[in-house]
Amino acid sequence: MKHLLSTADLSRLDAIRILDIAEEMAAVGTREVKKLPALRGRTVVNLFFEDSTRTRISFEAAAKRLSADVINFSAKGSSVSKGESLKDTAQTLQAIGADAVVIRHGASGAPARLAATDWIDAPVINAGDGTHEHPTQALLDAFTLRAHWSKLHGHTSLGSDLAGMRVAIVGDILHSRVARSNLWLLRTLGAEVTMVAPPTLLPHGSASWPATISYDLDATLATGVDAVMMLRVQGERMHESFFPNTREYSRLWGFDDARLAALDASERSETIIMHPGPMNRGLEISSAAADSPRSTVLAQVANGVAVRMAVLYLLLSGNQQRPQSPDAPRPAGL
Amino acid sequence: MSNEPDQARATAPVSARTVLSSDDIDRALTRIAHEIIEANKGTGDLVLLGIPSRGFPLAQRLARRIAATEPGLDPASITGQLDVTMYRDDLRRSTTRTPVPTLLPAGGIDDKVVVLVDDVLYSGRTIRAALDALADFGRPRIVRLAVLVDRGHRELPIRADHVGKNLPTATTEKVRVHLAEVDGANENEVLIEARA
Amino acid sequence: MSTNTTYLIRGAKPLGEAAADILIAGGTILAMGTDAASHEAAAGATVIGAEGQIALPGLVDLHTHLREPGREDAETVETGTRAAALGGFTSVHAMANSNPVADTAGVVEQVWSLGRRSGWVDVRPVGAVTVSLAGTQLSEIGAMADSRAAVRVFSDDGICVFDPLIMRRALEYVKAFDGVIAQHAQEPRLTEGAQMNEGEVSAVLGLAGWPAVAEESIIARDVLLAEHVGSRLHVCHVSTAGSVEIIRWAKSRGVNVTAEATPHHLLLTEDLVTSYDPVFKVNPPLRREADVMALRAGLADGTIDIVGTDHAPHPAEDKECEWAAAAMGMTGLETALSVVQHTMIETGMITWADVARVLSTTPAQIGRVTDQGRPLAVGEPANITLVDADARWVVDPYAMATKGRNSPFKDLELPGAVTAVFFHGHPTVLDGALNTPRITEGL
Repeated sequence: MKHLLSTADLSRLDAIRILDIAEEMAAVGTREVKKLPALRGRTVVNLFFEDSTRTRISFEAAAKRLSADVINFSAKGSSVSKGESLKDTAQTLQAIGADAVVIRHGASGAPARLAATDWIDAPVINAGDGTHEHPTQALLDAFTLRAHWSKLHGHTSLGSDLAGMRVAIVGDILHSRVARSNLWLLRTLGAEVTMVAPPTLLPHGSASWPATISYDLDATLATGVDAVMMLRVQGERMHESFFPNTREYSRLWGFDDARLAALDASERSETIIMHPGPMNRGLEISSAAADSPRSTVLAQVANGVAVRMAVLYLLLSGNQQRPQSPDAPRPAGL
Repeated sequence: MSNEPDQARATAPVSARTVLSSDDIDRALTRIAHEIIEANKGTGDLVLLGIPSRGFPLAQRLARRIAATEPGLDPASITGQLDVTMYRDDLRRSTTRTPVPTLLPAGGIDDKVVVLVDDVLYSGRTIRAALDALADFGRPRIVRLAVLVDRGHRELPIRADHVGKNLPTATTEKVRVHLAEVDGANENEVLIEARA
Repeated sequence: MSTNTTYLIRGAKPLGEAAADILIAGGTILAMGTDAASHEAAAGATVIGAEGQIALPGLVDLHTHLREPGREDAETVETGTRAAALGGFTSVHAMANSNPVADTAGVVEQVWSLGRRSGWVDVRPVGAVTVSLAGTQLSEIGAMADSRAAVRVFSDDGICVFDPLIMRRALEYVKAFDGVIAQHAQEPRLTEGAQMNEGEVSAVLGLAGWPAVAEESIIARDVLLAEHVGSRLHVCHVSTAGSVEIIRWAKSRGVNVTAEATPHHLLLTEDLVTSYDPVFKVNPPLRREADVMALRAGLADGTIDIVGTDHAPHPAEDKECEWAAAAMGMTGLETALSVVQHTMIETGMITWADVARVLSTTPAQIGRVTDQGRPLAVGEPANITLVDADARWVVDPYAMATKGRNSPFKDLELPGAVTAVFFHGHPTVLDGALNTPRITEGL
């Protein structure tokens, strides 16, 4: 593994290895000295073209727990806002001696560009690109799901996958990088995925995805799911006519108090409620749901650091002699 | 930690000779157990930390022998595993290693007499990493080192307090320790493999 | 430079048919076949050995972006027409989206005279349909038509003439000048922020979709408008199977519509976008394989009338960036003929005579370029392109004459090499390399 750009690139064994290593990394957080020397003397750059304090501090904590030096390069107040190109920024980081680049970018595929070009030869970690992917979020979600699933079945989580688990991903699938990364990873780990959204917020072409598509949250919940992953929905979407208004969205596709009550009254006592944050309380998730014992929102945040430690460790250790980056796809005659 | 990458095991060596049989290993461990008790003047404050993967079963075997001398002592309560992966000085040179859990006895290691246990002592770099790892978990009163085999060729100023067998080797040779707990029920020996 | 203006082309096969020598003098074809070598003028002629090569009428591109004035960093008339000559062209239509926009007689005459001065090909400016391509007010179509540039093709290419009433008026108005509206069919609201073809690939890549219906709905509207007002409509760069169907239907009704496909839409598919390499970013976007096949079938059966390059050079910085920030467009002049050979000749779908039709005769007719796209016959203007159809070459954008390095065919091996081009009897290309431009009197 040279870069982490998409969960679609991860094999089942890759994914399980990351989750297993993350478990060891999580243990560090419980120790007297919450630090490992593994990346001493290495420099990790957090290159954030989009604001995301949560993701940035999670990566920063992960890198620092592995003793790496961290440089935070945010688009605001930097030359990027003066029109410097991605290429120039990347070459600058190369000259500074970055050993890994964690990139958050509003444009889908920007991390893939960094990885494919010779602008910089450090490993690239996608920390969220446009409406494409957010692989470390999916890994931390899988980590959270696996902990729940293995505990439920009384087996060790190490080495295990999510076979048989039923997960519903609910909300703005169209614009969600979290949904895409989760879909590929959850499928790779053997879970069954149902995507629940208004038809306007499902990508055209998603019918071929390896997931059940539903417009009806209640019907999906009634079939029995082991985890419900609520996606953030932006209120501005209603001005683009994706849905009539936030009230109707919340009533039809939000995890509201009524749905929480229905779940509590059902047999499904073990169903967990997830959210990648930041939450719009009262829109896609009610406060009661977000704060209920079913909610894993804070566990997800904690697991994020461990998963990101595992990813940084895997990309920055091992033999650093790397082959040339694979050739980009070339046009081929039909 | 002498476990070489798995592919090394797959390549058949030109010649292999057994230098310690299963019985030899048992006798060596019994002797080391007695030495540890003697050096410690008993079993008080004793903690045995095995270095994965074969140091851990050796630590368990030693703990059973030590506990046998003191009725009521649970061998599991003085045994643990110390993962040194993150402390190695060759993380960027070899293939990426997967860390394994560090398991400490309930009593921790502060002010204890910690005996690090490994199968083969060679360059000393693993022990250096173990000493660094240990410091991040607490502050033992004394740290000692017990190894089944010392094959020489040290690269750091480190020596073992308890040695099962000193084994003169050439650097071109490989020392293989097979233990039933790790390698399968019928495997219990120390081999030297030489290339042509 | 030789002052000899008489050339004897030996052994070439006009339109790929039986070999026939061609004698050129004074800018016209003086003799053909067995008469050529024995003609009295052949005595002092420079002989061009072209045994086995294909002779085509000089190629005519109805869709070229020369970028001048305004974006001389991307291309100039000089560099763009050099590229055109090397690609086998003797005429190109320069699209109107320059800066300033070619929406007045002054700008089109400037482009026209830059073309004349360069002397590599005939540069025919395209006039903007609306002022500043803004889609709200007709530009001075009559003045451009009556200018020295004699504009006949009007297009807001890059932007769709979206307002149906403006489109209707434009279609009606150009009838007075025998003009044609070349429409860039793209429903703007359905393509806001669009980055690539909308479908399974865009869903995975998280790139905003450019749905086929955004093209097809405009074409459907426009063919009905053209029928209603009885005017000529040309559809630029058709890219979807549905568009081909609509145009086929319109032609069956007798609508006066012509359609164009680009070389890249005849070969490449949206799967290339998975690399996020902006060299594959183009408008309209690369589509599905089914669309590529429908375009080829449409070109073969005449539904698609011509191949237009949509040559769109961009400076490196506009492509060496993230996908969303990159400019749309691909170079095409120097690869067009080879891609057509690869996709249409080698697949057995069309003949070299058809190539002459779709890359020369019909585009000249649509653009009302009377001295181009003519038959290879005695007395006709000597606009001739010679092609070594057996040659194979690997595309190297850095070896091209265009300033643009944004060729999507980079590193692809393609068949067919242009060996010589005669532009009104003057060899602009000889031995596959640029020779000299044609000097025009009275500049």
